Amino acid sequence: MIKHWDPSAIDYETDYGTPAPQPEYSPEYAELPEVSLFIDGNSLKVPAGSSVMRAAALAGISIPKLCASDNLQAFGSCRLCLVEIEGRKGYPASCTTPVENGMRILTESGKLAALRRNVMELYISDHPLDCLTCPSNGDCELQDMATAVDLTEVRYGYDGKNHLQAEQDRSNPYFTFDPSKCIVCSRCVRACEEVQGTFALGIDGRGFDSKIVAGQKQSFMASDCVSCGACVQTCPTAALIDNAIIEHGQPQRSVVTTCAYCGVGCAFKAEMKGNQLLRMTPYKGGPANRGHSCVKGRFALGYASHPDRVTEPMIRDNINQAWRTVSWDEAVNFAADRLRTIQQQHGRRSIGGITSSRCSNEETYLVQKMVRAAFGNNNVDTCARVCHSPTGYGLKQTLGESAGTQDFDSVEKADVIVVIGANPTDGHPVFASRLRKRLREGAQLIVADPRQIDLLNSVHVASTLHLPLRPGTNVAFINAIAHVIISEGLEDDAFIAQRCETDAYREWKSFISDAKHSPQASAAITGINADDLRQAARRYANAGNGAIYYGLGVTEHSQGSTMVMGIANLAMLTGNIGRAGVGVNPLRGQNNVQGSCDMGSFPHELPGYRAIGDDSVRAQFESVWGVELDPEPGFRITNMLNEAVAGRYKGLYCQGEDIAQSDPNTQHVQAALRNLDCLIVQDIFLNETAKFAHVFLPGSSFLEKDGTFTNAERRISPVRKVIEPLGGKADWEATMALSNALGYPMNYQHPAEIMAEIASLTPTFAGVSYQRLEQQGSIQWPCNQDAPGGTAVMHETEFVRGLGKFVVTEYLPTSEKVTRRFPLLLTTGRILSQYNVGAQTRRTDNMQWHPQDILDIHQHDAEDRGIVDGDKVEISSRAGATVLTARITEQLQPGVVYTTFHHPESGANVITTDNSDWATNCPEYKVTAVQINKVTEESAWQQDFQQFSSKQQALLKDKLSS
Amino acid sequence: MSDTEQQSCPRKIFLSRDTTSLALGAEQVADRIRASEKHRGEDIEIVRTGSRGLFWLEPMIEVDTAAGRVAYGPLPIDQLDETIESLLDADCLAGDKRHPLCLGLTEAIPYLAKQQRFSFSRVGVIDPLSLADYQQHGGLAGLHLALTMSAGDILAVVSDSGLRGRGGAAFPTGIKWQTVHDVDSEQKYIVCNADEGDSGSFADRMLMEGDPFSLIEGMIIAGIAVGAQQGYIYLREEYPNAHSILKQAIASAEAQQLLGNNILGSSKHFQLELRLAAGAYICGEETALLESLEGKRGMVRAKPPLPAISGLFGKPTVVNNVLTLAAIAGILTRGAAYYRDYGIGRSRGTLPFQLSGNIKYPGLIELAFGPSLRTLLEDFGGGTYSGRPMRSVQVGGPLGAYLPAAQWDIALDYEAFSQHNAVLGHGGIVVFDDSVDMAEQARFSMEFCRIESCGKCTPCRIGSTRGVELIDKICTDGCSANNMNLLEDLCDTMTHGSLCAMGGMTPIPVQSALQHFAEDFSKQGEQDD
Repeated sequence: MIKHWDPSAIDYETDYGTPAPQPEYSPEYAELPEVSLFIDGNSLKVPAGSSVMRAAALAGISIPKLCASDNLQAFGSCRLCLVEIEGRKGYPASCTTPVENGMRILTESGKLAALRRNVMELYISDHPLDCLTCPSNGDCELQDMATAVDLTEVRYGYDGKNHLQAEQDRSNPYFTFDPSKCIVCSRCVRACEEVQGTFALGIDGRGFDSKIVAGQKQSFMASDCVSCGACVQTCPTAALIDNAIIEHGQPQRSVVTTCAYCGVGCAFKAEMKGNQLLRMTPYKGGPANRGHSCVKGRFALGYASHPDRVTEPMIRDNINQAWRTVSWDEAVNFAADRLRTIQQQHGRRSIGGITSSRCSNEETYLVQKMVRAAFGNNNVDTCARVCHSPTGYGLKQTLGESAGTQDFDSVEKADVIVVIGANPTDGHPVFASRLRKRLREGAQLIVADPRQIDLLNSVHVASTLHLPLRPGTNVAFINAIAHVIISEGLEDDAFIAQRCETDAYREWKSFISDAKHSPQASAAITGINADDLRQAARRYANAGNGAIYYGLGVTEHSQGSTMVMGIANLAMLTGNIGRAGVGVNPLRGQNNVQGSCDMGSFPHELPGYRAIGDDSVRAQFESVWGVELDPEPGFRITNMLNEAVAGRYKGLYCQGEDIAQSDPNTQHVQAALRNLDCLIVQDIFLNETAKFAHVFLPGSSFLEKDGTFTNAERRISPVRKVIEPLGGKADWEATMALSNALGYPMNYQHPAEIMAEIASLTPTFAGVSYQRLEQQGSIQWPCNQDAPGGTAVMHETEFVRGLGKFVVTEYLPTSEKVTRRFPLLLTTGRILSQYNVGAQTRRTDNMQWHPQDILDIHQHDAEDRGIVDGDKVEISSRAGATVLTARITEQLQPGVVYTTFHHPESGANVITTDNSDWATNCPEYKVTAVQINKVTEESAWQQDFQQFSSKQQALLKDKLSS
Repeated sequence: MSDTEQQSCPRKIFLSRDTTSLALGAEQVADRIRASEKHRGEDIEIVRTGSRGLFWLEPMIEVDTAAGRVAYGPLPIDQLDETIESLLDADCLAGDKRHPLCLGLTEAIPYLAKQQRFSFSRVGVIDPLSLADYQQHGGLAGLHLALTMSAGDILAVVSDSGLRGRGGAAFPTGIKWQTVHDVDSEQKYIVCNADEGDSGSFADRMLMEGDPFSLIEGMIIAGIAVGAQQGYIYLREEYPNAHSILKQAIASAEAQQLLGNNILGSSKHFQLELRLAAGAYICGEETALLESLEGKRGMVRAKPPLPAISGLFGKPTVVNNVLTLAAIAGILTRGAAYYRDYGIGRSRGTLPFQLSGNIKYPGLIELAFGPSLRTLLEDFGGGTYSGRPMRSVQVGGPLGAYLPAAQWDIALDYEAFSQHNAVLGHGGIVVFDDSVDMAEQARFSMEFCRIESCGKCTPCRIGSTRGVELIDKICTDGCSANNMNLLEDLCDTMTHGSLCAMGGMTPIPVQSALQHFAEDFSKQGEQDD
């Protein structure tokens, strides 16, 4: 019987030895033809281009191997995988031999057995004989292969030349390199190159002296290594191994789950020993990451079991009191009483809630449901407000759906990749690795960013174009690109005629044709060289597949929504939408920021982005929820804070978000929080916001609950409980308890029931169920009758809104301008090793990479101010001032300074202002006019912060048990 | 010739500038001649040529006579002043044959007369940097022809000639070129492997130093035939003299429109770049060479894909040895049949053999395939240099077999050698007399692999180290069955398991030494017994 290759039969726990063959590039990406062959007498068909090793593995025949792994190109070095092929001389390596029609292959014979055993004998003649005490014992490919080839003795003895005394490198906090156990298979080197794209590892010396080295023979820590873990993951021995495994031994079981850091949404296996999480290893079955990881998801886990975790509910009457630990009942009753009292005194709309983009879809859904059904108003918002709300708005207006158009696999088919206002190597590292892989294959890169981001320095990339624009001038830039495309006739007329609204296009075209959008005219605004801009426009318009990826550098502006629409215009203009390899792709920040938006976390929208003002929509929810809903949209976060300062808004339930650190104009936020009568914070740590709270409900980490996260590609992925919640309740259970205390009953037994309710009320989620998630692994919404398996690429034949709509995008300069008083522009961003407010990563060894936030300043601006590397400098804006350490850099243009916001004491948001996007109030984090001065001590705000913070810590430490 | 005529034109002395000649004192000879010229007031032109390859007669000078060039040598370096003066006194410049160092007509010297010089016909004769000289001696005729031929016709001639890769693997050149020609690609490359690293091998260098334009011409023709417009010569880093000569030759070829756009006014283009190698033996392996040429560490690539399909920078690439490419123009000029008519069996044409080691008359001997090894050793080589009995001969570089006297009658033919588990390789022949310790030589073969292994595949990386240790052990502990079985297993593993010929062929010299000179291995063992 002929066995046909069945793509769906791929088992992600099996290593097939070499990657699945990819079709040669063609606009259609035709399917690969099949090749028939015989392996050990079995007849089978596999895709052309497969290796003999892979074909055998697909047929369930495993050929011994050490240097091969199916995420790396075949290398052919270990020589264990030799086979015999009828009609061919010698013993070809099965990993490097492609299949051919009619090939007859023998994978086992006496000769092959002898050759393999003899090769293994050579390996073991230079390997420590400490299997029983080796941390890899039981999880070692060398050990497995020695068994597979039946090695029983090493006739060379052990007195020969060897590497057994080679010195270990323990510089990295998470893993150890032990060269004595290295078999020089180069898998680590190749993983660093092919998977991660950093090229930090290499081989020094040759022949027997070959050894793996990091950087220029540096320690791993001192080298370019970004600690992504790809080398550790692929190492077949204990040469590169997690310190956790050295310390605690091999895991006993593993559970596939979804990373809780960024919006890439990597699938991981949580590897457990008893109730202890030993490590997270990337799971090949996750389509977002395809088996890759970054330093955060792979290693930065210590926070989940950190002693700072608060695991008991606590209450206090006011924030000058010590906390009192209480039972869950007492805590939620206390909270419910206070909230009801506030409503009695200040009205129904005087309280509200903030959902968390860190929590699951189900949990977010419950919070907004509680606000609408139990609080009786629509005062619900989420942190997407301060990051990607313009994405939701802008894409809805133009394309009809508030989400990115592609899956991450799409980047593998892009020819010109435009990255605007994003720093993927730091913010979305696993996606950046996939992007860089495509660049190494020849795709062109265009980056529009004030900074020279690291992506531009990728290794082996032939074409990069950097458009260093001035902060705040995105819209002028995107208009100029569109202007060039129109004026040079590079638009896709057929696409526009067929897919877009004609009148809107005509109006937009006459707008964009105006000479004020010409590259020369806009150069005065953006600072981008006109020729470079034309070059970029032509490349994007003429690309076979042009893809745009953007980040918060697009949205966090006073014209964030305008810019998003400008991007959508550009994609429609060039027909770069509706197929693999193209699209408009927001790189979303948090693990579940897409999900929190989808789940109705906005004051004007119910789950599925449906207007609260729409009577029929509201009626559906009312009938299922059994309450009457307020038709009036509620407060956004900004409104809540303003109302709180004004004394009209008094109660807030804040789940898993730290607005005191993350929101702009910290002093304003703090004033608002101080004015609340009841602040309920639900978090895993006593975060900055919780220092102002009256009720603290212990949150649960992603390891402690079931649920789903939705990543930047609309992919709903399961989060699976591996340990019981440290605080006794998962976050959804805590919300339920509070709702019940408020008198609105909720009684879910499992998040699957919540998802069933979501699916019943949300057309784009109609087909989503835990059962389907189990079967498929993950689902990209929309998932419904029309797309039962989900949707990888949106807007394929028509836009969600029907016809695409060009929107006129007039550039209006931000009011945040440089002045004589504030002559520099501050922009902010993230760094690889730390995550957002740092609540998690600051409680891990990632601190070794980034112990403090630094102010980057150009040499020119530094010299003007007499600043040298390492000086303390004060950054002041019209909102406030803070002090950081300066670093001189040329990654920036003169006139722009940059910092990260990972450490609360840095007070980056003390400086940012309350300027915001005209449509969504997304704060303008990316542009603040500032002055920099050399100083000797911290700012007044920082001194106050230290004082307040230590007081609150003391109040936590002195907590009373009741 | 009248006296007046003789005085009006400068009289010429031909003197080699080949690296070996320089090592033997050719530069001192030149200096001395110039000094004599000054003080004698004579007008002498010294024409620097390549070497004739008669190294035991060097330093050697030649002068033109009506009958042909007359040679004088070897000039004793320690008596150079007197010798030059006496030569000039004896009117050697006119070809006077009475001087004791006179060797008569160069081409009548039996060592040269008995050869069938095809590729080396100009080497030692012309000024390697004179394009005019090159053309006068038949150069560029092949290129002119090629420019009038279709690619298919050129490929047919190369195929029909029976030319096989001279680097050692002897792969049919026509098939390789056809493969590259047939791949549809805008970018293709011609790469000349001039990383001549085999011990006892010097033909590539001699050719590049003596007749560089023939290599350049061959590469251009290859480019025209397969559709490549870019060539690289990957030159052994330890060949500074060849580097300087090639550099000048390429520059002058560019100046004369042989290289660049619109070659000789045609519509064909070909750029040629000279690259210095990385100084590693393994970089002479074609895939490691390509890696190195790409700027990477010289590591062997797994095949497939063949370089002809995916070679330099992933593009279809002809990788040919210097001698292969240098034969092309002559083949085109004289026709496929002319070349094919030399040789025996599947080994067609000529091979420039290089005779060295413990040999009386070392040098370069270009012969058609077919005669026996013994012919080279005895008729040309004249026995050992030491005068002791000849015991062992290594043919084909450090990975070639050690042949005992019983095998010296094997015909010089790729297939005949391979039948005896030996290789003809690049034609390097190194001779040993009876004082050689063949166990030491076997150890050296493993040691060579240990030092030069790129380290990629396990049999070569670890095997060569264990091999050295094992041979040491055999030499001290004796040839126990265990030791010998293990060595046999190791050799078998390296032969069948290695990624490239480096590890795969290292067992050849080891096993040949064991097989034919077993007595050398058991010396120590016998004493212990």
